[in-house]
Parts: sequence; structure tokens; C-alpha cells
Amino acid sequence: MLIYFYINAAIAILATLLTVTAKNAVHALLYFVVSLLALAISMYLLGAPFVAALEVIIYAGAIMVLFVFVVMLLNVKPASSQKYAPQGHIKNWLGPFSLLILLILELVFVFRDTEFLKRQVVTVSAKEVASALFTTYTLAVELTSFLLLAGLIGAYHIGKKRN
Amino acid sequence: MMAEYPLFFAVLIPVCILFGFVTAGSMLIWAERRLLGLWQLRYGPNRVGPFGLLQVVADTLKMFFKEDWIPPFADKSVFVIAPAIIMTTVLLSFMIVPVSPDFVVFDSSVGLLVFLSLSSLGAYSVVLGGWASNNKYSLLGGLRAAAQMLGYEVFMGISLMGVVAMTGSFRLQDIVEAQRGMWNIGPQFIGFIIFYIAALAETHRSPFDLPEAESELVAGFHSEYSGLKFGMFFVGEYLGVTLMSSMMTLLFFGGWLGPVLPPVVWFFIKTTILISSFVLMRATLPRPRYDQLIVYGWRVLLPLALLNLLVTGGIVLMFQ
Repeated sequence: MLIYFYINAAIAILATLLTVTAKNAVHALLYFVVSLLALAISMYLLGAPFVAALEVIIYAGAIMVLFVFVVMLLNVKPASSQKYAPQGHIKNWLGPFSLLILLILELVFVFRDTEFLKRQVVTVSAKEVASALFTTYTLAVELTSFLLLAGLIGAYHIGKKRN
Repeated sequence: MMAEYPLFFAVLIPVCILFGFVTAGSMLIWAERRLLGLWQLRYGPNRVGPFGLLQVVADTLKMFFKEDWIPPFADKSVFVIAPAIIMTTVLLSFMIVPVSPDFVVFDSSVGLLVFLSLSSLGAYSVVLGGWASNNKYSLLGGLRAAAQMLGYEVFMGISLMGVVAMTGSFRLQDIVEAQRGMWNIGPQFIGFIIFYIAALAETHRSPFDLPEAESELVAGFHSEYSGLKFGMFFVGEYLGVTLMSSMMTLLFFGGWLGPVLPPVVWFFIKTTILISSFVLMRATLPRPRYDQLIVYGWRVLLPLALLNLLVTGGIVLMFQ
């Protein structure tokens, strides 16, 4: 089981790296889809098939298709993405890189705790997810829906015809 | 017997499922044209072999020997991957289809969600095929496919949740067993109609074949495809129809349940009738305009699917 996880994690990291470095916008999106699929398999291996399926349906299958749709609609040529690429200034890399170091340190810290790796995998059913969402985390769910509503109204306002 | 020889059955079942469904899908090349002929008062292909049955072999051989051309202006890697995606996702989907109580490759507790996730990944095939061809007609076809499949996918999932709420499980065997008293087509009639329309749009079959609308876009997303790559799109579409029909059989028509005859035969009969109804749709209905299709999806079918789920949920809670 662990070897699957490591192969999968390697694919996820590689795909995410290629997402950032790919010159072509559509290729970058495709690498991102692969990374999301790898994430879904990780969820499955951790004993959450329900979350894994939702990850594929919503993120890989719907939201990323929307991204590809927008890139196709704007017909972004590889040349135009070059224009906005950071021109190798150290300054541009410093911020993200320091945050990345923090994340890696945190990951190392988590995995040093060997009990974490030995923990038994427990399958979480859809019912448990749902009851947790609508009892313990009701407030968070409501707040997220507020955020989505704000985004929806914002998009509608920007897209409205001006007279 | 299955418990005695697990390895033998672990190989036999996938091979049977794969061979059976691929054969059924490719036989549709002939069956569709014959049925269209029947309904439009003409013969259809009847020259090659008895009743034209060898037409499938002739078409396959033709596709094998055609030049497999990749346009120099295309995005090569994506152009090659696109037709493979539809074949992979559709063939993988068949692993969760239980033809009879034990005859299933992957007995998953979230079988229905696996089907939905693979069908949503299938959208990439058409969209990327259209984009990678680097041709304006293909791009338009790909754009249409993206908006159409994205929109219709949303309530395809929601329309099935009524069935899931009634059964209380995503496992397909449980859903079929729960239909012993009455098939889901009765209480979930609205859900069935919505799923049927969404299935037509998801497999981009006529009347919803706007991504390839041959009267406007040459051949839409597959204008630049030839040889076996075109063949994969072609057979992929028929396999998609077979998959959608088998899912409808399982979810709404009681799957393998039926008197006297063995389960597999019942499954086969029901699926065949549903596939024929897909062809009948093509024979009778004209193609809507693109904006009509999108507006119809978001303004009519989505609220209807949500309402169906709400009412079903209410009734399920009442009888609990």
C-alpha cells in the first residue's frame, strides 16, 4: 500500500512542477489535471473513496474543463504567455520560495512522527461526511456558500451589458 | 464456483466484459445504419455478407488501412492523446457495470460515482481533440463540446441522486436489488427523462451532436482526424451509447431482474431496447440551435432535476 502511495505522490509532485513550468497554457492545465487525479488516488489510498470520486467529478472533470474552455475561448498562444513570465529576477522567486520551504519543513515534521504512517486506514462513508458537514461544520459550509454567492454576483455584475 | 477459482474468474470476468461490450459497441456501426434505414423507409447497408452484417469488418479494415495523418500545424502530443482518452474512460467505466449479481469486475461501494467521474473525464477527449487540431472549425466544435458537456454533466449527476436517495447506496448491485418491488422508472420518472436527455448530450449523439454538426462545422472536433484515430472517436461514441444504456438499465429498469430467463439475458434485452431508442432519437429529432441547447439545459432541466431531488428526499424522509 505504501509503495503505491509513494509512486502516486511522486507523480503528483512532478505534475505540479510541470504545471508551473509548462510554456503552453493548455499543457499546464493538463498537467494540473494529472496532479488532481494523483491527489484523488491518494485520498482513495487513505480510505476515502467518496472524497476521491468527488475530487475527480468536481475538480478534474468540471472545473478544469471550464479552465480549458476559457483558455480555448481566449485562444492564448504560447508567445503571449512568455510576455508575462517572470524574467528570472531573484526578487520574484524569493516570496514563493520561502513559503515553499516552510511547507516542506512542515511536511518533514509531520512525517517524522512515525505513528502517523503506521495508523490504520479507516474507510469514511458518504453518510459520515455528510453528517459532519451539516452538524459540526455547518458554519464553515454556510460561509463557503456566502463566498460562492459573492463570486457569482461579482461575475454577473462584470458580465452585465452596459447601456 | 467463483470462490474456488478466484484467479481464473479474476481474469475471465474482465475479458468477457471487455470483449462483450466492445463487440456490442462496434456492432452498432451496422445496427444503427440498419435501424435508421428501417425508420426512414430505406434499406441501409445490406451488401456485405448476410443482412450486411460484415459491414463492421469492412469498415474496420478500411480504417486500419487508411493513412493515419497528423496535420503539421497540430499540437502533436495532445492530438494523439485525445482519441485515447475517450476509449480509456469509456472502457474503464464498464468495470463497475454488474451484468448479473456476481458478474462484475470492480465491486465498488461508490460505483455510481466512479461512473460519473469517468464520464466527466471523457469530456476532455472531445475538447482537446478540437483544440489540438488547430483548425477553426475544430476549435468551434471543441468549444461547443466543452460548454455542452460541462452543463449537462451537472444535472446528469443530480438526476441520479433521487435513485440514490431511495436506495441509500451508491453501489450498483444494491440499487438493482432495491428494485425488486418496482422498477425505479415509476417513482423516478422525471429523473429518468432528465438522465436520458443528459446522456444524449454527454455522448454528443444526435439531436445534440452540435460539437460535430456536419452542416455547419465540416465534422467539428474530428475534422482533422483520419484512420484509426478517427476510428477511436467513432467507436468511442458507440461504446458511450452502450454504457449509458447499460447504466439506465441498472438504475431505472431493474438491471438483471426479470422472470424465467437468466439475469444476463434480461440485462442484454433491456440494454438493446434502450440503445435502439437512442437511434430512434437520431432518426426523428432535428438538431436544436446551440444557444437553445445551453439555455434549455440550465433554465429547464437543472431546476427540474433539483426539484425532483427535493421531492424525492422529502418523501424518503416521510416514510422513514
